Amino acid sequence: MSKKNFISLVSICLLVLGASWGTVEARKTDVKTIKIGVAGPMKFTAGENHWRGAIMARDEINKAGGVLVGGVKTPIELVKVETNEILSVSDAILSIERAAEKVHFFMGTKRSESALAMQDVAMKHKKIFIGCGAAHPELCVRVAKNYDKFKYYFRVVINSAYMGKILFLHLGDVAKIVREQLGIEKPKVAVLADKLKWADPVVKAVETNAPKMGMELVGVWRPSATASDVTAELAAIKDSGAHIIFQAVSGPMGVALGKQWGELEIPAALIGGNAHAIVKTFWEATGGHGHYVTTQTGIGPVKLTEKTMPFWEGFVKRFNAFPGYESVTYDAVYILKEAIERAGTLDSNDVVLELEKTDYSGAFGRMVFYPRDHKFAHDLKFGPGYNTWILVQWRDGGKLVGIWPYGWEGITYEGSEKYVLPPWMVKYWKKKK
Amino acid sequence: MQVLISGIMIGSVYAVLALGFSLIWGAARIINLAYTSFYMLAAYFFYVGISLLGLNIFIAVPLSIVIATLIGVSTYKFCLERIRAHDVVVILISIALAFFFEECILSIFGHQFHRVPPFISGYRELFGVRVLNQYFVAFGFSVTLILGLWIFLSRSRIGIAIRATSQDKEIVNLMGISEKRVSIIAMIIGTGFVTISSVVVAPIYVVEPSMWMHPIIMILAIVVLGGLGSLKGSFIAAYILAFSEVAVVNWLPMGAFIKSAVALLVMIIVLAIRPEGLFGVVFEEERL
Repeated sequence: MSKKNFISLVSICLLVLGASWGTVEARKTDVKTIKIGVAGPMKFTAGENHWRGAIMARDEINKAGGVLVGGVKTPIELVKVETNEILSVSDAILSIERAAEKVHFFMGTKRSESALAMQDVAMKHKKIFIGCGAAHPELCVRVAKNYDKFKYYFRVVINSAYMGKILFLHLGDVAKIVREQLGIEKPKVAVLADKLKWADPVVKAVETNAPKMGMELVGVWRPSATASDVTAELAAIKDSGAHIIFQAVSGPMGVALGKQWGELEIPAALIGGNAHAIVKTFWEATGGHGHYVTTQTGIGPVKLTEKTMPFWEGFVKRFNAFPGYESVTYDAVYILKEAIERAGTLDSNDVVLELEKTDYSGAFGRMVFYPRDHKFAHDLKFGPGYNTWILVQWRDGGKLVGIWPYGWEGITYEGSEKYVLPPWMVKYWKKKK
Repeated sequence: MQVLISGIMIGSVYAVLALGFSLIWGAARIINLAYTSFYMLAAYFFYVGISLLGLNIFIAVPLSIVIATLIGVSTYKFCLERIRAHDVVVILISIALAFFFEECILSIFGHQFHRVPPFISGYRELFGVRVLNQYFVAFGFSVTLILGLWIFLSRSRIGIAIRATSQDKEIVNLMGISEKRVSIIAMIIGTGFVTISSVVVAPIYVVEPSMWMHPIIMILAIVVLGGLGSLKGSFIAAYILAFSEVAVVNWLPMGAFIKSAVALLVMIIVLAIRPEGLFGVVFEEERL
């Protein structure tokens, strides 16, 4: 073969290869938009939070041109998926089944009972699903136990086992304050948790650990998550002589609890987790009686990272509401964007591999997933240096203040303050002495 | 003492709700499952009046009661009256109406929680038990309404006509009393009871779209336990179920979420022994 012919042949081969490569890439990015299904109970605050967090991220990313997939900037399109999961598991399953063909990825969910069912459907369709609310450990234990089937599931909120751990650490802090400030050596603790699956491990942990922490457990009350009147429960708790009420509440009952606790001036610190207490309207809904209530959340008016306060302030300005932990869809969209860009494709299997490598500093803190061989595979890594979540407390005038971590493992986020006991409680117990 | 005081307070509210329902059943012979929707609507009207329009409480309260009662009576007049002979259809239509009202509220206000201010804020200690002042207000209203109803039914001509209609519609018609008119009056009083209860208990609870569900379940349990159509039965059954609920919370705290289920269990046990309820009224047999 002459030199001329050889060059011609190589040129033709390169052209053919180039054309084929171009075709493959074109096929890879043959999407006008990256469709993300934001799945949540849209008529409820949790769903609103999912949606609002996601649209904030979408707007920022699209404004910057979109997501770079295979060399092409592709905008994000969000698809609202109404799961109605608070009220119906079957509605939740159907909503995911219907949306699965229309979207490339899913994120969202709130209630673990429904999320477990939705997870099955998404995995059947091999759709990446980033959990942004439901906290039961089982969702990620499943990934560890059956990786091939459940590997498409990731979660960007800490699971309820870690939530319980944080609440315990704070319980220990409050017990210490009760001992020091009120001179009560063995504080009495009452547990008030709604009757939902996620709260079971929390309740069990308090029952086991409170006595070990030098406290006396006086009872566990488990009203319905939708109860509108808990005055009978509160009266019974006061009757038990409790100094601390450890709440694990995610349902609407949390609003009635905060309101009636403050209005009756129950002489026990109301601490723990109350999902509705992070909502800006909590103050109005409780008529200001929710002051001194604490709750746990993924974000607050404290500097978790450089991105936290700009996001917090932007969210409040845009929606006149506080971002709840479900608004972590904001970070989830960015995490997904980065994984897609690294993978260079929308193929679920490739994106999973990149998601596993995530180390992202988001508005909600540092986001790293546990590896596939961990018992909570693909769950958000918890701990000092990673994601810690926070506790906040309502103060007079409707001010929300970060109160935990406050020195734990050397961590105090900028803007945090020390926890304060309700003054009526201090007065009651000092008078009783 | 805790069980006794809480039981009396909660029982009084249940009693008023159930008496209104019983009255409607007795006179109009309908099981109106939309009954507590007007309870929800009154609470929202109260919220709109006081929080959004900034009305005085003395204007907002009667206005909410009147508007919600008017909606309740109109619902009966235009949707239920003509089909009231068909029990199953009435049940289906009324439950559909209840969800319709809930969806309307959801569309307008969303699933946010709202609060209306109490008539008297704060609490009082009664034998060492803290009771919200608003609960005393609700108790006072309940007692007044119950006594007022008793006097009205036993002394006034219309009251006697309502009682007569409850016992035998056909005879009432033969005696020249307009049974339709009596039904409307009973409807106004019954719906008035539920809307008044709403504005007095709404400040204790939280105003939200599904707040009608728990009361309707309890009301059905109460009227069945007391005996359909028996006002005395409804009154007593209201306290039995309220005490059952409070007792569960106090003596079985882990089972607090089943307090309503336990109350329903009490109903089942009583019905197993007395199928007609505690004070069941035997209606007229069909005349051939």
